[in-house]
Amino acid sequence: MPGNALFRIWRGDAQGGKFQDFSTPISPGMVVLDAVHKIQAEQAPDLAVRWNCKAGKCGSCSAEINGMPKLMCMTRLSDLNLDIPVVLEPMRTFPSIRDLVTDVSWNFRVKKTIPKFTPRKPDAPDGAWRIAQADADRVQEFRKCIECFLCQDVCHVLREHHKHDEFIGPRFFVYAAALEMHPLDTADRIADLRHKFSIGYCNITTCCRQVCPESITITENAIIPLKERVVDRYFDPLKRFFRIL
Amino acid sequence: MAHPDIVWDKNHFGQTRRSDLWWLSPLLVFLGLGTFIVYATWAAFQNKYYVSGPYISPFYSPEIFGDSPRAWFGPEPAWIPRFLPYSPALLILWIPGLFRFTCYYYRGAYYKAFWADPPACAVSEPRTHYRGERTFPLIFQNLHRYFLRLSYPVWLVLVYDVWRACWFKDGFGIGLGTLILAVNVVLLACYIFGCHAFRHLIGGALDQISRHPARRRIYNCVTCLNGNHKKWAWASLGSVAFSDIYVRLCAMGIWHDWRIF
Repeated sequence: MPGNALFRIWRGDAQGGKFQDFSTPISPGMVVLDAVHKIQAEQAPDLAVRWNCKAGKCGSCSAEINGMPKLMCMTRLSDLNLDIPVVLEPMRTFPSIRDLVTDVSWNFRVKKTIPKFTPRKPDAPDGAWRIAQADADRVQEFRKCIECFLCQDVCHVLREHHKHDEFIGPRFFVYAAALEMHPLDTADRIADLRHKFSIGYCNITTCCRQVCPESITITENAIIPLKERVVDRYFDPLKRFFRIL
Repeated sequence: MAHPDIVWDKNHFGQTRRSDLWWLSPLLVFLGLGTFIVYATWAAFQNKYYVSGPYISPFYSPEIFGDSPRAWFGPEPAWIPRFLPYSPALLILWIPGLFRFTCYYYRGAYYKAFWADPPACAVSEPRTHYRGERTFPLIFQNLHRYFLRLSYPVWLVLVYDVWRACWFKDGFGIGLGTLILAVNVVLLACYIFGCHAFRHLIGGALDQISRHPARRRIYNCVTCLNGNHKKWAWASLGSVAFSDIYVRLCAMGIWHDWRIF
């Protein structure tokens, strides 16, 4: 593996840009972010890249590596075909700021529109609640989300069709599922999920699940169960007769 | 949720910087599902060679009206217009057909393979307009659980067919066809009872499932099956087609059933 590798990196901003090639020495154990830092230190000090933990836990270094949304810090060079240039681009679903950095603030505005956690009255006089572990297990998975927004980037409803005004994207269906399925929560988000957040736009491509660096089963454990709750409310008048099946 | 100020320009169909074989999976789905649809349609309209000894093809079971001795209510009724092509399969195949058509796994698969919506993850699409499953016609995908409910009795009939397949003219026995039909109902059970809608109905709708210990146990089993839903979907699709082919070949005399005991 030691030798040089060619990186084709997007350079530009909201007005436009182009790819620029950088050849840099590589060594065993390097990840894509290491190479970008090396290029930044030795060849392009003005190359913009957002990063923080280098451990796959902050969700900052999201980008598109050879066309697929990935964390740069978790993508090993040894897993890439270095016989061809490694193509690095910013996430296409969000506005470009500069080079590999995008403006993801839309996500934080979306999050504010989702009804917040509304717990029932405390179970005990001391103000505490009692939750069975089995009930906590289900929503625990959703807490792993690091908000890297790779799922938002790959979702074709946002990426291709730009339904940002109507559709909240997989990240926030996971967030809504964590609240909606919480054993203590009493808020009702089903009407919003159907009408305001447009869960019906999701057509189960499972791309969000495939790119999640935390391996959250986004489609099967969050989005489909929420779709089924919408079906309970709006499309299944027989459920009162078939209470379980 | 204000729209972000700037988005990237629309790409043309198929544009991507992916360098892997992204087209292979949708191509295989297209070929697999396409082959099954063509074969199942052909087989459903044949209206013959669907019963052989104690075996009946799963495409034709339950045989409500038909010419074989397995028909529940005798031959084709007079009230069915003669100018319409008739086959007992047409009365029943729409249930498993629509169950699979509205299945969450198949939806994701055929939207990619047959409609390029999208062709694959992070690959550009051929059209700009998109309605998803939010409005007509795809809003009807929400009826999936109705076809699930209709599939329960059809599956039970197939289980009964396996029992019938153990009774030959000379009494109880097991043939290769018995085993094929038995494997088929097992794979179908794994597919039907690992369904996302069934998982929701049996326990997913409950936020405090710990209060329902029996349903919790079933929910955990269904979740286990559901994790391999894609595999069960393909395995059961293949087994249904293979079961029909086996019975058909036996009925045509091209293949002779192997009697194990």
